[in-house]
Amino acid sequence: MTLTRRDVEGIAMLARLEISEAELPVYAISLSRIVGFFDQLSAAATEGVEPMAHPLENQVQALRDDQITESDQRDRYQGNAPLVAAGLYLVPKVIE
Amino acid sequence: MTAAEIGRGLRAGKFTSIEVTRHFLERIDHAGKQLNAFITVTPERAMADAKRADARIARGEGGPLTGVPLAHKDIFCTEGVLTSCGSRMLSNFVSPYDATVVERLAVAGMVMLGKTNMDEFAMGSSNETSWYGPVRNPWDGSKVPGGSSGGSAAAVAARLAPVATGTDTGGSIRQPGALTGLTGFKPTYGRVSRYGMVAFASSLDQAGVLAQSAEDAALVLGLMAGHDARDSTSVAVPVPDYAAGLGRSMKGLRIGVIREFFGEGLEEGTGRAVRTALEGFSAMGATIVELSLPNLPLSVPTYYVVAPAECSSNLSRFDGVRFGHRCKDPRDLLDMYKRSRGEGFGAEVKRRIMTGTYVLSAGYYDAYYLKAQKVRSLINEDFRRAFSEVDVLMGPTTPTPAFAIGAKVDDPITMYLNDIYTIGANLAGLPAVSVPCGLVDGLPVGLQIIGPHFAEERLLAAAHAWQLMTDWHRRLPPLFA
Repeated sequence: MTLTRRDVEGIAMLARLEISEAELPVYAISLSRIVGFFDQLSAAATEGVEPMAHPLENQVQALRDDQITESDQRDRYQGNAPLVAAGLYLVPKVIE
Repeated sequence: MTAAEIGRGLRAGKFTSIEVTRHFLERIDHAGKQLNAFITVTPERAMADAKRADARIARGEGGPLTGVPLAHKDIFCTEGVLTSCGSRMLSNFVSPYDATVVERLAVAGMVMLGKTNMDEFAMGSSNETSWYGPVRNPWDGSKVPGGSSGGSAAAVAARLAPVATGTDTGGSIRQPGALTGLTGFKPTYGRVSRYGMVAFASSLDQAGVLAQSAEDAALVLGLMAGHDARDSTSVAVPVPDYAAGLGRSMKGLRIGVIREFFGEGLEEGTGRAVRTALEGFSAMGATIVELSLPNLPLSVPTYYVVAPAECSSNLSRFDGVRFGHRCKDPRDLLDMYKRSRGEGFGAEVKRRIMTGTYVLSAGYYDAYYLKAQKVRSLINEDFRRAFSEVDVLMGPTTPTPAFAIGAKVDDPITMYLNDIYTIGANLAGLPAVSVPCGLVDGLPVGLQIIGPHFAEERLLAAAHAWQLMTDWHRRLPPLFA
């Protein structure tokens, strides 16, 4: 499996990553090698095998009563935000 | 001195926590820069913690580690302190809360010295992907300390801290533990809360400890472990008194030796040291059988599909909006996302995000992601079958001792193959420990002991028994002796 420069551009777009022109061919080479390495997996006979998503069996999602347990700490949490105003996170204009 | 020994000395009044803390802060001051082991040192916090601990000890309160300093891997959120995860993305992130691990160890009276360097977002096996630069191995400054918990490993190996926390997604505690001569313990998946631990691959991540001895690992793990309602994968299994279980005899212990771990790629001296260790266990009365786990050689490709897939999803939260790095003067929202992430993440993290995005994308999901999850089942089944015959599995932790800084950075596959012996335990969620078992050309190598789910006590007892009959864990890097 060989990934082209164009493939990398597409993946980077899906992942919302800016990749420079100079980096594209470098990633194309290393990602091709990595994906090629995955071909080993095709040697395993997996017919009828259940996919495993989680290492612990019989674990059920814990539920709790629907009660308020946290206090409002918006201002504290927004202390780490790059740009806020009036308690809102600011981003570039989305709708003209 | 080990953490346990410092604790005993504090309670016997031989020295105070303030004195001990000052000693370690001075060592960090002298050698910390040279090793690049710390991202942040917190002297004021440490002295305040130490003062409180001394007061508790004076009142006859606290436990075996009250007043003992420790360092936290910079992946754990620490309230009011930079929590960078080794990334430019979080190089401005001051956590508004403590991780459960941090909170529990603080409640127990341990003294926080600072936050240790690490591979960016815990993605790496050499601590070379950190935005804060590579960490050096105290045994040889031209060599890597292993990763991703490389700063924690270097700090404890050079005795800049008596003990440190780490996290292990594919070997990130055991591998640096082996390469720096430490006891590196990764508990069962779900044993320790992941709350406040920056997520990499959520079905694999687990917190643990880098320690000088099995006893220290047992004491710290006992404080860290236990159910936490804030982590939905944290299990409600009672936490045994790990330290109390250390004295167990090795007589009759059934040890399985994994045949696949002794094949091509295993460096000769490392293999010899591990075989000598196995003879040692045999001399203590354990029985040794060779076992095959036929699907285990597929653990590296399986992991490098599953972990990047989970990472690409977890790291989508870094969008330049609520916290973390934001690019300058974004043209529009898309430009802001792309440039903030492009600038904030380093090359290896971007590579893994793109790998994960690719294997999860339409048309490739079945061929890669679903296939890897099925092979994960097969590997899990191999372990289950093995543990129906034996109590623990043993083998090397790494194929070679520490390698040179820069030697493998250009070849991701060669780098990924460092994790060949450690990844299996993560895929199956098993507890595992690396203990020092020799020196090869002056560099430490580790024996890995893997157990079934929640067999932490058994692993710690085996590690302790080994450390009673050997002194590899007491050896110090010559430059820091």
